[in-house]
Amino acid sequence: MTKFNYTAKDFKSAVEVRWCPGCGDYAIMNAVQKTMADLDIAHKDFAVISGIGCSSRFPYYMSTYGFHTIHGRAAAIASGVKSANPDLTVWVITGDGDSLAIGGNHFIHLVRRNINLNLILFNNKIYGLTKGQYSPTSDRGVITKTSPFGTIEDSFVPGQLVLGSRGTFFARAVDSNVKHTQEVLAEAAQHQGTSVVEVLQNCVIFNDGIHDYVADPKFRSERQIFLRKGQPMIFGEQEDKGLILQNGQLKVVKIGENGVTRNDILVHDPSEDNLGLQVQLINMALPEFPVAMGVIRSVEAPVYDQEMKKQIETIQQKRKITCVDELLQSGNTWTVDGENCSEPVKFFNNKCFNN
Amino acid sequence: MKDAKVIELEEVAIRFSGDSGDGMQLTGTLFSDTSALFGNDISTFPDYPSEIRAPQGTVGGVSGFQVQFGKKKITTPGDLAHVLVAMNPAALKANAAFMNPGGTIIFDVDSFSEKNFEKAQFKTNDPFAELKLEDFEKIAVPITSMTKESLKELELDNKSVLRCKNMFALGLICWMFDRPLDYIEGFIQKKFGKKPVIAEANLKVLHDGYNYGMNMQHMTPQYIVHPAPIEKGIYRNINGNNATAWGFIAAAEKAGLELFLGSYPITPATDVLQALAERKDLGVKTFQAEDEIAGICTSIGAAFAGDLAITSTSGPGFALKSEALGLSVMAELPLVVVNVQRGGPSTGLPTKTEQSDLLQTLYGRNGESPVVVLAASTPSDCFYYAFLAAKIALERMVPVVLLTDGFLGNGSEPWRVPKMDELPSITPRKAKDPQTYKAYKRDPETFAREWAIPGMEGFQHRIGGLEKNEAGGVSHDPENHQKNSEIRAAKVEKVVEMIPELELIGDPEGDLLVVGWGGTYGHMISSVRAMQKNGKKVSLAHFNYIKPLPKNTAEIFSRFKKIVVCELNLGQFASYLRDKMPGFQYHQVNKMKGLPFSVHELVENFENLLEA
Repeated sequence: MTKFNYTAKDFKSAVEVRWCPGCGDYAIMNAVQKTMADLDIAHKDFAVISGIGCSSRFPYYMSTYGFHTIHGRAAAIASGVKSANPDLTVWVITGDGDSLAIGGNHFIHLVRRNINLNLILFNNKIYGLTKGQYSPTSDRGVITKTSPFGTIEDSFVPGQLVLGSRGTFFARAVDSNVKHTQEVLAEAAQHQGTSVVEVLQNCVIFNDGIHDYVADPKFRSERQIFLRKGQPMIFGEQEDKGLILQNGQLKVVKIGENGVTRNDILVHDPSEDNLGLQVQLINMALPEFPVAMGVIRSVEAPVYDQEMKKQIETIQQKRKITCVDELLQSGNTWTVDGENCSEPVKFFNNKCFNN
Repeated sequence: MKDAKVIELEEVAIRFSGDSGDGMQLTGTLFSDTSALFGNDISTFPDYPSEIRAPQGTVGGVSGFQVQFGKKKITTPGDLAHVLVAMNPAALKANAAFMNPGGTIIFDVDSFSEKNFEKAQFKTNDPFAELKLEDFEKIAVPITSMTKESLKELELDNKSVLRCKNMFALGLICWMFDRPLDYIEGFIQKKFGKKPVIAEANLKVLHDGYNYGMNMQHMTPQYIVHPAPIEKGIYRNINGNNATAWGFIAAAEKAGLELFLGSYPITPATDVLQALAERKDLGVKTFQAEDEIAGICTSIGAAFAGDLAITSTSGPGFALKSEALGLSVMAELPLVVVNVQRGGPSTGLPTKTEQSDLLQTLYGRNGESPVVVLAASTPSDCFYYAFLAAKIALERMVPVVLLTDGFLGNGSEPWRVPKMDELPSITPRKAKDPQTYKAYKRDPETFAREWAIPGMEGFQHRIGGLEKNEAGGVSHDPENHQKNSEIRAAKVEKVVEMIPELELIGDPEGDLLVVGWGGTYGHMISSVRAMQKNGKKVSLAHFNYIKPLPKNTAEIFSRFKKIVVCELNLGQFASYLRDKMPGFQYHQVNKMKGLPFSVHELVENFENLLEA
């Protein structure tokens, strides 16, 4: 039972959505709206903050409070929103260019501080709004308008950055799999701290099909592994493949072959602070491995906005100065009251200040 | 009994000078506080290198602190020092040019060695002759050896012993100026409360320095400076950065809002961040951001979320904040940016003062991006202009930039603290009616939009950096952009109704109008008063309100035969006035030395102008 009985529609704004037909953003927005409706949080307490890029038009299509900011700065602005008012539920909408290139510094520091907000990273491995230049997640060698002979640089793996920044929550989903995206977003919303959800998003115009090899629903069960807390890491159409650790390294095994049983398969526990295993899960790539989907890491740690609030409350409990008048007269002061002294004059004595 | 030479003075400037590790800033501050408590009016000027510990004994590593105090209103730290305390030859060399002719030089004779002459790049073994200081009163005091002698019973290591040297000098100066030691004693006991041996050492050396002056009175003159007749009230000593920080706390209390500061450490503005970080007791939220951009962006986020939001910086940081400041222009959120100006461009002179960010502040953003610009003019009035910057931002939904500078930020003066009820009210423009609310619906008089804050029921809306229509929707309509550009400019101009008229110091008409702005006030008024005393028809118009300019500016300008604009840059305010107040000829006095004006050089310039 929820207090509010919202539906996804309650979170849609009247503004006409202007993403390209077939853009992966539509599906992600549907998942976000459904997730918000289910959260049992008052509509007035949501704030959706974005940077610049196609995905960053997102707040206009939501009926919540929203702020479409400037390139790369959504993480910093959202950090201010949440620190100023921890009672708000803050969502950051950003892309691979916005968060990992121009806004890279804000991204890693947001994650490090563990501010309690949810960040959805739309990863389409391309700059869409500027019409097709390579991004920091584009693969080495890829040909784009600014790399006509192929890029000569390696890409970021977003999950690695999150873990390297001491992130407490990282999950991955595919745009077209709305049900799973929603499942992941719900967990991100519950997590206390910065939740980063990487959504593999398709740009139909400038990078169409970039995730197809992974995302194609026809091969989903072979090429993706859905990690869920307490469940064995099993995949495959026949649910006959799984992951084990051998000499500290992940390995794909077939159940029933070489004496491997279901009991040998690793059981997923994102709440375990096991960076070594989690980074291996994040790095898994085709064709050797399936690509990991779901919540890969979700651990507890102090939350910045709560700590800020707590520190103020603690200090205020034993404070000696309770207002500005007391502050101004604290410490070293002296009284001037000599015979040759004049009466004090207000600094602001102009009529326009007396309102 | 007493055969000391006693000199009675109206005002005295003392300069404490030594290696940057010698504790000269502390020595100067303690002496200033003592003088303020004694009842003198004071003005201080710390002058230190940007290196934390430059090579010992070199001129580059000299750190100085000048204080002027007197029995009348003191408006500057003094052009030239009457008394110099030089802890080594480098300090003498660095400060020789700032000495009043015939002044007194007290120097640590133990450090005047061949090795140190070499370090300070003296060519001979007679630094006084080399610097042409023969006519000065020179008092050789064996500060190092007396300090060592004083502490030989305490079994301290050599480093700790030498660290007490500054207390010997301080004690001696306190005797010379008849200052009681109780305040300094209290400070030492508190500071070294957990290290009783160090406290004892400092106290002992302080008293030995004092007694040394008394015993050697045949050679050290004693000065008498009476307390100043000033306004009645409770006073404290305050520097500009602290006053700025407290002005914002006062504004938040007055407005009934929480205060948020997003900031990144930068000289000479860091003290604003530090002073606010200390005030968790008053609920201040400080966010030390990962960079300057995040400093302003977190503040913009906090403004969106309903806090009184501030960011503090200096020139280079202000440049980095430009794009985000433009966002706050477009989003029409209340935001105050403090720029404690320093020497530029680039890294420039981080620890020195300058007023060269004026045009950057007015124009340094993409697009038509007007903001309100205020400038404080004394260390203590930073409090009031910070307060007012917040009031304007909150009542007019507009970003405001407050310009101070290194001279104001680090300089201090005694300040009669106001009561909160002396300050005007602040009424943030919180949205009231969700039925009629539109994100960019404006007050017809002020053009200010309303502030609806996440969490308020029924006001959900979207804002952002894209041009908007009245309802808050994205708009590329040509007519709408034209109209909004004009409205954003007019909104800033309408702030003129909130600010007082330009005040004229001196006769309402005359031969020369001296124009200044911001942190040069003390030197400007001293030089104008000096000329008025000599019967010259000179008046001062000093600007605190830069954009918009006060209503009566042109009218005041029209009453003088000549106008001269004085500023610590190459003529930025002058060119702004040529644009905004055309029809006048503006003469200029400009200085780019990282130093404040001196009264002497201003007077000389004004006299030349009058004769021309």
